Amino acid sequence: MHHRIIAGALALATTAALVGCSAASSDEPAPLVLVTHDSFALSDGILDQFTEETGIPVQVQSSGDAGQLVNTLVLTKDSPLGDVVFGIDNTFASRAVENGVLADYASGDLTSAEDQYLLPEGQGREQLTPIDNGDVCVNVDHEWFAEKGISEPTGLDDLVEPEYKDLLVVEAANSSSPGLAFLLATIAAYGEDGWQDYWTRLIANGTKVAAGWSDAYYVDFSGPSSEGDRPIVVSYASSPPFEVPEGATEAPTGALLDTCFRQTEYAGVIAGTKNEAGAQKLVDFLFSTTVQNDIPEAMYVYPVNAKATLPESFTKFAAIADDPFVVSPADIDANRETWLTEWAAIAQP
Amino acid sequence: MTRARTSPGIVIATVLGVAVPVAFLAVFFAWPVAAMVGRGFADGLGGFGEVFSRPRTIRLIGFTLGQAALASGICVVLGLPVAHVLYRLRFRGRGLLRALVILPFVLPTVVVGVAFRTLLRDTPLDGTFAAILLALVFFNVAVVVRTVGSAWEGLDPRQEDAARVLGASPARVFATITLPRLGPSIAAASSIVFLFCATAFGVVLVLGGTKFGTIETEIYLLTTQFLDLRAASVLSVTQLVIVVALLAVVGRVRGSTQRRVTAARRPRRTDAPAIAAAALITAALAVPVLALVERSLRTSTGYGFDNFALLSGTGSRNALVVPVWVALGNSLGTAVQATVLAVGIGLVASLVLSRSPRSLLARRALGALDGALLLPLGISAVTVGFGFLITLNQPPFDLRSSPILVPIAQALVALPLVVRTVLPVLKSIDPRLRESAAVLGATPWRVLRDVDLSIVARPVLAASGFAFAVALGEFGATSFLARPDRPTLPVVIYRLIGLPGGDNFGMAIAASVVLAVVTVAVIALVERLRVDTVGAF
Repeated sequence: MHHRIIAGALALATTAALVGCSAASSDEPAPLVLVTHDSFALSDGILDQFTEETGIPVQVQSSGDAGQLVNTLVLTKDSPLGDVVFGIDNTFASRAVENGVLADYASGDLTSAEDQYLLPEGQGREQLTPIDNGDVCVNVDHEWFAEKGISEPTGLDDLVEPEYKDLLVVEAANSSSPGLAFLLATIAAYGEDGWQDYWTRLIANGTKVAAGWSDAYYVDFSGPSSEGDRPIVVSYASSPPFEVPEGATEAPTGALLDTCFRQTEYAGVIAGTKNEAGAQKLVDFLFSTTVQNDIPEAMYVYPVNAKATLPESFTKFAAIADDPFVVSPADIDANRETWLTEWAAIAQP
Repeated sequence: MTRARTSPGIVIATVLGVAVPVAFLAVFFAWPVAAMVGRGFADGLGGFGEVFSRPRTIRLIGFTLGQAALASGICVVLGLPVAHVLYRLRFRGRGLLRALVILPFVLPTVVVGVAFRTLLRDTPLDGTFAAILLALVFFNVAVVVRTVGSAWEGLDPRQEDAARVLGASPARVFATITLPRLGPSIAAASSIVFLFCATAFGVVLVLGGTKFGTIETEIYLLTTQFLDLRAASVLSVTQLVIVVALLAVVGRVRGSTQRRVTAARRPRRTDAPAIAAAALITAALAVPVLALVERSLRTSTGYGFDNFALLSGTGSRNALVVPVWVALGNSLGTAVQATVLAVGIGLVASLVLSRSPRSLLARRALGALDGALLLPLGISAVTVGFGFLITLNQPPFDLRSSPILVPIAQALVALPLVVRTVLPVLKSIDPRLRESAAVLGATPWRVLRDVDLSIVARPVLAASGFAFAVALGEFGATSFLARPDRPTLPVVIYRLIGLPGGDNFGMAIAASVVLAVVTVAVIALVERLRVDTVGAF
């Protein structure tokens, strides 16, 4: 028995060492590795269409959230994890660009209709192609307000009013991506010197700070699929469609479109790829209507390609802000740590 | 005294016995962590002064140590009566209860976090330090019950019986005879719980937010959000120093126990307090679990199995890449590989560590290996995970996209548990037993097989069940490394709970219940196997 154990341990150690080697030796072209975050999803067969068109298989490798994704790319710069990255958003774009992890390439299929999504010159316009976008907005529970006979808040200013005391739940800006987006919305709304005062009043008005989105939405929010008693929550503009019961004509919750911060996600070619031409084709493919039409149902966000078509659930119940709050990627990158430290001192004393 | 001839086979086996665990730890732990920490010190060691001058750093360290010490103390106090009842007494349903107690330990932290917050939302405990403590205890009591229970089961009861007959009260018997003999296993269990609590991540974040930051949550924030590798490295080194210091202290406390395998006895009247306490503690552990079960059965119209029926699909609006059942299959496959790795390496390491060589140097070296095996529990999963990415990129360890990395990471976490379950038993074998076998003409291999391995067979089974459960529920490292097309069940649960949509939350809870049931079933099966092997002794 002892022999077997030692032999077994050795066999395992050898297998572990050999797996890497054996995987590389086959005849078909080396696959392109698409590095992305763990919310990435496309319907079955979509990526296969790329392989049919180009003959190159695609392998997906995911790594944490958007922030972790960019940091992973920075850390593995000398030995890149893959060929193409998808999922760098406007809050982390500067870091990726400044650390030189991306090769210069933006899809040639972009038209002026997508200009609104492009990053500023020198801050990612040359390296990143916009793929999708979504708004983080304050959501309200229509049924709760109707039942209590209280009028719903309409903007950020209302949230510090006494009539909305103890009704709002937000995500922590330092551990949640919608939480950070909401903080950025308030920074854009009240200025770099004014947001601290707004947050002090927000916290004094009984705002609850939850660690993450699922926690805030499912535990504290009062919406139909939630358990909580707070009728106002920071969530996505695309959340209300998912609360609509089968066959209903009105959504029980809604997004306040004057409170939104827009997150745009980008794709780019990773510097150091061994197949630059293939990587560029994959970026083009992500921007093509094949992928763009699939994005709303697969990832709950809006495609950026003006030629893409939206599914009924989106056209009927989802809304998108006309004029979302904006903070430039460079500002975000320069101030992220200061803002989050100041925010923590106010919201998590 | 007759000493066995040292054959070349024994020498080779001993060298391999040391080399395999050392190589495993070196490649999959020391190297990645050193590389990651090294990045932070690329500009020199100036970071220490700066990071330690931040008041926040001192607070984080204090909080980390405080919550871990408190939680492990509470776990020992609550775990002892349960261990007594489940491992010392014989009654119907004991195997099932043993399996149920381990349940909290394998539930995904994100699910437990949400379950606790749902339960505590309307109480003053919500968002407090006490809530975090409660959850940490909920998770880790099983470690004390299993580790101490396994040792307790093997204690010769005749000393206690003698004291009792001579008129000692049950409390006195426990305090003066039982407790000292359980010392090593209590020390082993509490050190593991301390390490688990000191590096707890998901629970702390969900229940306390970043308000109650620990060294672990801070390393996560610094690495994944701020890319402040310098400060992260300073904290990683601090974490390492704390862990090594703790292990050194525990190493002094540890002794050896005499061991005799004995059958458990029927409950006596004097067991009443322990039984009452154990019943109460088990009931308290059951509350969050029952809340989960209740929620999994809730539907839009009342109660039913709708959420479970949905598990054959991919969730509302195709939330998942694969149906939940496929993810369960992935989880089981990966956990089996991780268990084989952890038990194989852990057993080899324990056999080597259980020997006391005459050379002082060799003894010191074994002591160091013993401590090193526990280190993976004390180091941030973020540091190890990123470390994997920056080191395992060259042949022969070009494993970054290989599916083998997931079981390896899980085995790293399970390995200390295996060693801590098996080693105390091996150490407690009276060396005279081996010597007499040798005198009677048994070859060294035969001694190993008939003495060491036959005595350790049951603890190894227990350790396998434990390792399997840990691998099944592991989320931190797995989420880092799992390929998106082969997600494990905890990864799928995390994704379901993170997406809006009517059915997804219910499915996530139902999937957690499935994970729990499968774990309990596997552990109960292992417990049965253990009972069946008794005849072989």
